[in-house]
Amino acid sequence: MSKTILAVDDSPSVRQMVRLTLVGAGYTVVEAVDGQDALEKATAHRFDAILTDQNMPRLDGIGFIRQFRTLPEGKGVPIVFLSTESQDTLKAQAKEAGAIGWMIKPFDQAQLLAVVKKVAGA
Amino acid sequence: MDHADIRGTFFIECEDLMEALNDGLDRIDDSWDTGADPETINAVFRAVHSIKGGAGAFKLDTLVRFAHQFETTLDALRAGRIMPEPALLHLFHRAADQLSDLLQAARTGAAVEADNSAALVRELAAAAGDEDATSDADAEDFGFVPMALTLDLDMDAAPLPEGNRRYAITFSPLRGLYSCGNDPCVLFRVLADLGQLEVRLDRSRLPDFDALDWQESWLSWELTLETDEPEHQIDEVFEFVEGLCTLEIRLLSDTPSPTDPGNPTAPDPGAPSWDPPAEDSTPPSSGTLSAAVPTASRDNEKSSPPRATVRVELDRVDRLINIVGELVINQAMLSQCVQDEGVPPRSPIRTRLDDFKSLAREIQESVMAIRAQAIKPLFQRMSRIAREAADIAGKQIRLVTEGETTEVDKTVIERLADPLTHMIRNAVDHGIESPEKRQAAGKFETGTIILSAEHRSGRVLIEVRDDGGGINRPRVLDIAKSKGLVPEDAQLADEEIDSLLFLPGFSTSAVVSDLSGRGVGMDVVKSAIQALGGRIAIASEPGKGTTFSISLPLTLAVLDGMVVDVAGHTMVVPVPAIIETLRPRPQDVHSLGAGEQVVAIRGSFIPIVDCGAIFGYRSPVRRYDSTVLLLVETGRQKLCALVVDGIHDQRQVVIKGLENGYGRIPGIAAATILGDGRIALIIDPEEAVALGSGDPSLNPEV
Repeated sequence: MSKTILAVDDSPSVRQMVRLTLVGAGYTVVEAVDGQDALEKATAHRFDAILTDQNMPRLDGIGFIRQFRTLPEGKGVPIVFLSTESQDTLKAQAKEAGAIGWMIKPFDQAQLLAVVKKVAGA
Repeated sequence: MDHADIRGTFFIECEDLMEALNDGLDRIDDSWDTGADPETINAVFRAVHSIKGGAGAFKLDTLVRFAHQFETTLDALRAGRIMPEPALLHLFHRAADQLSDLLQAARTGAAVEADNSAALVRELAAAAGDEDATSDADAEDFGFVPMALTLDLDMDAAPLPEGNRRYAITFSPLRGLYSCGNDPCVLFRVLADLGQLEVRLDRSRLPDFDALDWQESWLSWELTLETDEPEHQIDEVFEFVEGLCTLEIRLLSDTPSPTDPGNPTAPDPGAPSWDPPAEDSTPPSSGTLSAAVPTASRDNEKSSPPRATVRVELDRVDRLINIVGELVINQAMLSQCVQDEGVPPRSPIRTRLDDFKSLAREIQESVMAIRAQAIKPLFQRMSRIAREAADIAGKQIRLVTEGETTEVDKTVIERLADPLTHMIRNAVDHGIESPEKRQAAGKFETGTIILSAEHRSGRVLIEVRDDGGGINRPRVLDIAKSKGLVPEDAQLADEEIDSLLFLPGFSTSAVVSDLSGRGVGMDVVKSAIQALGGRIAIASEPGKGTTFSISLPLTLAVLDGMVVDVAGHTMVVPVPAIIETLRPRPQDVHSLGAGEQVVAIRGSFIPIVDCGAIFGYRSPVRRYDSTVLLLVETGRQKLCALVVDGIHDQRQVVIKGLENGYGRIPGIAAATILGDGRIALIIDPEEAVALGSGDPSLNPEV
């Protein structure tokens, strides 16, 4: 059965890129437009991995991770934090909030696939 | 879905982002003295940030570099290091304009002035108090490396039998490894992809069940991996568990290797990884983005969720509109048939048909609504125009927009851009006085231009209102006289003087200015508006200001038409063009010279143009007893009487373009299909009049 990944980003082009890459490798991709949307989708369905952006309206990436991790549904789901910002404080915050790891945007498709494979399995 | 599609999506997305950016800047403008709303600043920041992120993915380096500095300066504002003063906001507006230009250039592949970008980058850096960046503004070293999106995936590395090395890996997860979603099993599978993997579970630390703390990590693994992949590949597999486990990777075979066996984790410095000490000890390095980031937008849950939208190609909508047009025609035909069959008025067929009629109308309106767009993006462009024009003219202008959410047909919006641009430039250039003059007149130095849109009785009303000096009527009249546009002894009412501005070739500016005087006058604006089926009017009060009002039809797909008879042919004349209809009395018609005839209406002589003659159906009629005159107003501000033989009806008609099938026909705007299935041509009154007065440029030999 194919693994299902939740792609959280307010930018449709980034979501499309993630979708294009992962669907091509046999994953199923669900999209969420911001942290709030992600929270709703991730509590309703158990994903094999979640990729989230930081800067989003309504609820940002770290806010989403924090809230999600406090919920029973939020335990043990790997969340990869995507950011164009490389500063350490943000990384530390994401990690502390419960992200499994992070990637710098923009990333190429091979990088993305490698990361998803690493956290969700093939 | 491929790369080009995503690129397209990105640019569409950027339009929205630019809109959000301009919107946010406008809102900060309005509130800078009372303190800008942090969420607005954040939204502005986010817009630029997203553009940068996307641009990086598509390798649009120029764009990335510019957006990066813009973002950095916005971040300084967000963090409160700099204040939103008018000068800074002005800079942000210019930066937004430049960003928009860069996006446009990236989209079309056009070149853009590098100097302008570089200068703005320096200004932005200076505004952020970042002197370093001014020196290396062009350098790429900002810790952000755009990477190209490769489409050919080369994930399956073929293992080579030669050069294999054996590694012994000890992997002992610590408490906390599992809670953030790590799964050793997944990691081992990835490792197995690198080569031959043996896995042995070490559960020696596992205590008795009653002593088991379920949150503690008890298991560890001994792995042996035989691979020809470089060692950093192995490190990369464990990238996300670094700091959450004890990990030891040792090279077993004798093959020389740079690995230091004493270093247990040996992370690749280039690979993305967690930096554990950063958590508690490292303060944010100065000059970079600071810690204000995550909290700023966290309490935004209360703001409304984005409305669900679907992006549809315009072609599809147009096709739908065409089909609905057919449906409306079909319904009209059906009604005609029912009529012809003599079906009694109260019969069920009639009732059902009435239902059908109202449903068809509803569908039509809904479909038209799809094409409708908020006028906001157009208005935002105008605020840029006003800003630039004000800079050039050395005036202080505030452009206030009202009714931005008013929806207008997309085509109307597109075709409104030029005339509106011209009107805004005019308002800045001729309407608003210089700051000194304004001060002398006891006004605020900053002039206000209000650009508004609203729906009014099935039409859209757009107004450009300035609080300037009003139209200088004596001067306008003098110029008109000196240019021979009106007789020397003409006595004109105020409104008549105002409308002189619409005469071709009229320009009040003594010197042709850089702004509005580009050889394009208000007459061009007027004809552009008329081409959209609209009207334009002026109202002006000396010392108080001038208002230009444009009234437009909601859509270009249907039209209120007057169905008329011309020499036995059914034709349609757009109702908005018709000022009056009348039956002439024989004594009112006078001949002038050879062919020309005029009709006297309330003391003025109005030229007569016979529609039957200009379309070649007959030679010009001489007697008008059985005809009807349609008084129309043309672009040259002259009235003209079109001769038709009778008026059948007034109704909404669906506009069908003719140009694809027949090419341009002078005097004819389009065609429509009537209820009885016949095709009727829609007359373009403006051209018809020009044809009738023998304008050679419209000679129908195409």
